Amino acid sequence: MTTAAAQVRWTVSAGPASGPLVADSVVELIGNTPLVEIRTLRDGVRPDVRIFAKLEGFNPGGSVKDRPARKMIELGLARGKLVPGKTIIDSTSGNTGIALAMIGAALGYPVELVMPGNVSAERKRIVAAFGATAVFSDPLEGSDGAIRLCRKILADAPEKYFKPDQYNNEANPLAHFETTGPEIWEQTAGQVTHFVASIGTSGTVMGTGRYLKQCSRAIQVIAAEPEEAFHGLEGLKHMASSIVPGIYHEEELDRKLGIATDEAYDMVLRLAREEGLLVGQSCGATHVATLQVARALTGPATIVEIFPDFGDRYLSTTLFQSWMETA
Amino acid sequence: MVQVRVPTPLRKFTGGAEAVQASGSNVATVVSDLDKQFPGIKDRICDEAGQVRRFVNIFLNGEDIRFLQQLATPVKAGDELSIVPAIAGGR
Repeated sequence: MTTAAAQVRWTVSAGPASGPLVADSVVELIGNTPLVEIRTLRDGVRPDVRIFAKLEGFNPGGSVKDRPARKMIELGLARGKLVPGKTIIDSTSGNTGIALAMIGAALGYPVELVMPGNVSAERKRIVAAFGATAVFSDPLEGSDGAIRLCRKILADAPEKYFKPDQYNNEANPLAHFETTGPEIWEQTAGQVTHFVASIGTSGTVMGTGRYLKQCSRAIQVIAAEPEEAFHGLEGLKHMASSIVPGIYHEEELDRKLGIATDEAYDMVLRLAREEGLLVGQSCGATHVATLQVARALTGPATIVEIFPDFGDRYLSTTLFQSWMETA
Repeated sequence: MVQVRVPTPLRKFTGGAEAVQASGSNVATVVSDLDKQFPGIKDRICDEAGQVRRFVNIFLNGEDIRFLQQLATPVKAGDELSIVPAIAGGR
C-alpha cells in the first residue's frame, strides 16, 4: 500500500463527528457525510484501486437531496422569491420532497409536493409526517408526469408558490460544488482520481464533478443511468427518453454508463450482505458502474462513488419483496 | 377484449398510444397478445423465465396481480390492466 493511500484512510476516519456538536437547526446538520471504504465487494478489482462510498443517507433528511434543497431555499430567501405567505412547491419522486418538507417545517414554510402515485409508501408517509401536502400524478407518466402537473398547478396560481425547480435551478449543482466536492477532495486528501454518481436531476454529478475538475483536470467524472427507458431505479432518469434537466451538461462528463435494473437490484442485496450497507436502488446502480470503471484500471486509483440514500425507505417496494421470496 | 394502460416508456412500442386493446383468458395470454401486436413489448415486462420483472407491477382493475394469481390471474371482457414501473423514475 502506498503512503498516499494510507493518508486517505487516516483522513476519512474523521467522518461527520467533526461537524458541530450543537446545531441551531436541523438545516445546519446537512452535509459532512462520511466516506466508507468498500473492501469486500470488489469483484476482482486490483488492490491498489481503492473505492470509497460517500454515504449521503447520513444527511438529516436521509438523502443527498438535503444539499440542493437547502441551497435552493437559501437562495430563494436571499433573492426575495421565497417570502412569508408563500408555499414551497416542486415535482419530485421522493427524496427532494422529503428534503423540502423537512426544511420547510424547520423554517416555517408550507410545502406542497407533486409526486408520481407510485413512489414508495415510505416516502409518502415521511413527507406527510413533516406536514407537507402531496399531490399525486399518474403513475404511468413517471416523473415527467409530475413535472407537467406541477407546471400546471403553478400556472393556475403563480403568486401562491415558490418553486425551487430542481431540474433547472443552478443552485442544485451549486450545492454540490460548494459542499460535496470540497468534502470529497478533503476526505481523500486530494487523492481522488475518479468520481462516480448516478443521474436523477444530474445536480450531484454536475456540481461535484465541476468542483473536482477545478481541483485537478485529470479527475474522471462518470455518470450512471438506467440502461433503458423502462426501469426500476427510483430517482434515476434515462436521459435519452426523459425531459432533459436544464442543469444537465453531458459534455462535462467523461463517461456515462447504462445500468440494468436487475444488476442494480442484485448489487443492492450484495451490498447489504457483503458490506453491511443497506442502501437504495440507485446505490446498486452506482456500484455496478464503479466496478466496471475499477476493473478497467491498470494502475493505482482512488474512486469515490455517491450512495444517495439508505435502503430502509424502500422496504415496501418489489426490490425488497423479491428478496423475501428468495430468502 | 381488455383495455391495457401503457406507461410512457413503453409507448414507443404502441405508436404512442397510452391505452390499447388486447385479448386473452388470463394476464399471461393478454401479455402474449400484446407482444403479437407490438413485438418486443413482452421482453420489457417479463424476464427470460417468463416471470414479471421485479420492477414491474401489473394491476387488474386496480389490484396488484402479485396478490391475485400472478400471470395466471383470469381476465374477462371489459377489464382494465395497467402496467406500471414499481417505482418512479426521476427525482
